[in-house]
Amino acid sequence: MGAITLEKVTKSFGDVSVIPGVDLEIAEGEFVVFVGPSGCGKSTLLRLIAGLEDVTSGTIKIDGVDATGTSPAKRGLAMVFQSYALYPHMSVYKNIAFPLKMAGVDEATIKQKVESAAATLNLTNYLDRRPGQLSGGQRQRVAIGRAIVREPAAFLFDEPLSNLDAALRVNMRLEISELHNSLATTMIYVTHDQVEAMTMADKIVVLHDGYIEQVGSPLELYRNPANVFVAGFIGSPKMNLLEGAAAAKYDAHTIGIRPEHIELSTEGGEWSGVVGVAEHLGSDTFLHVNVDNIGLVTARVNGEFGVRHGDRVWVTPPADRLYRFGADGLAL
Amino acid sequence: MATKQTQVTAKIMMSPAVLMLLAWMIVPLGMTLYFSFLRYNLLMPGMEEFTGFGNYEFFLTDPAFLEALGNTLLLVGGVLLATVIGGTFLAILIDQPIWGRGIVRLLVIAPFFVMPTVSALVWKNMLMHPVNGLFAWITRGLGAEPVDWLADLPLFSITVIVAWGWLPFATLIILTALQSLDSEQKEAAEMDGAGPISIFWFITLPHLSRALTVVTLIETIFLLSVFAEIYVTTGGGPGTASTNLPFLIYIQALLQYDAGTASAGGVVAIILANIVAIFLIRMIGKNLET
Repeated sequence: MGAITLEKVTKSFGDVSVIPGVDLEIAEGEFVVFVGPSGCGKSTLLRLIAGLEDVTSGTIKIDGVDATGTSPAKRGLAMVFQSYALYPHMSVYKNIAFPLKMAGVDEATIKQKVESAAATLNLTNYLDRRPGQLSGGQRQRVAIGRAIVREPAAFLFDEPLSNLDAALRVNMRLEISELHNSLATTMIYVTHDQVEAMTMADKIVVLHDGYIEQVGSPLELYRNPANVFVAGFIGSPKMNLLEGAAAAKYDAHTIGIRPEHIELSTEGGEWSGVVGVAEHLGSDTFLHVNVDNIGLVTARVNGEFGVRHGDRVWVTPPADRLYRFGADGLAL
Repeated sequence: MATKQTQVTAKIMMSPAVLMLLAWMIVPLGMTLYFSFLRYNLLMPGMEEFTGFGNYEFFLTDPAFLEALGNTLLLVGGVLLATVIGGTFLAILIDQPIWGRGIVRLLVIAPFFVMPTVSALVWKNMLMHPVNGLFAWITRGLGAEPVDWLADLPLFSITVIVAWGWLPFATLIILTALQSLDSEQKEAAEMDGAGPISIFWFITLPHLSRALTVVTLIETIFLLSVFAEIYVTTGGGPGTASTNLPFLIYIQALLQYDAGTASAGGVVAIILANIVAIFLIRMIGKNLET
């Protein structure tokens, strides 16, 4: 249960082509994350899979069966929305029970299923409350509970954590990962946050302007980005991408250096520059160094590294961890 | 209004308006109460004398009173039913993305701007007239005998006319409420397997409950005092078949020149309106709480 295949799926709104053509295989039980900047078509792609939008052309297969024309309810998928989309006038119990009620399940079974879902999600004490009386994280769990009780072939998450504060987001990230481990159901997760993508995914799909830039495991994308876009998108802080003379020396149009791979020294090195802003995180410090003749380079150094604004430092790019890209943006 | 000084200032600043409103309400109310205890006929000026509850007894035992009371409630209930149900369906209809939606909405809302007397005359002479009316023309075209609406079904006809005028109001309020419904909720319900009817019943209608309450309360206030439509079309007749309480009071005061009984009727109407209000608030007022 839960293998999804997209074949040449396209979507346009009027004359605007949002998704020019996507082929994608999602295996059973996989945790797939669609990631990309806003407006890249990742939510649209999810809504196409859910059936909330009709595809312009192409086929969507769920478990090998063509589901392109099937209504959302009959696809056997459950979705968690960005706004949670809880029903405000119903109690938590009724919210979670709603899909079962619509499916015509008998009361006793509904009660048993809702209670077991509530127990899994720590909602047992809140079943009588209305969504308006819950905190953001609890609402999120109700939305997930409503999805779980349907025992869907796959879960679809549309930026589910974007309305939560930073600490809660880390918690919910863990909870969703644990849920995936215990249910072993296919999950498709849309986010613009590459940290969520890196930490949760079995497989990341990087989207840009409706095209799939690269598909792979988190570390694969980190180690071998296929092009400049993926290189710049995956990794935090962002990879330094340098063009011109510095790149020409390495026989490339663009070279990429991850901030964490840069060797920084106060005595000497290949490039010399002046420290601009220093962001101290405690364990690490991000230094924005203004390298002479090259421009701004971000370096990640140990938190103990003692330099201040205006100091002169020397930057040495690591020879073995240098990414080279051609004029077309593809990795060399 | 945090400090004592601003509170005092606020009270002083507000007092003229409050006193003005109070006088505006208390003086007519007091005079009505006073007149209701007098034997006060406009044809016999200077002959006023105190009669106790005589006027009330006369008004309440008038056989027309019970009929007027029934008519009032039927009219309010009928118009409410028609506008709330019709308004909900119209609002859902014009919420759909159709070509020329702006024009359609404007046309739907237009009747609210037509004065009650004008709309009643149009209905009386151009639509419901048994000889010249559009309805009579249609029924004759179908080979049937035309219905003399205002003579045979007077209260129903007035209900239709008043409902026509109030339908846009209900539609407008319900439409704005519909547009504030989160589309993700509908999509979530759709994913959960709810069909269009289930979505309407479980998602849309509960979302509309507050708007429906507001429509019901506001319309009730105005519908208890419908007068122009009756005056222009049936004149309360035939007999008292379409007389409501305001019209009965009008008959007492300005056709029978009995200001005392009319005042007593006015006081009875105030009490009845309050009873209706209490029932309504009890029944649907909880929808207004957050």
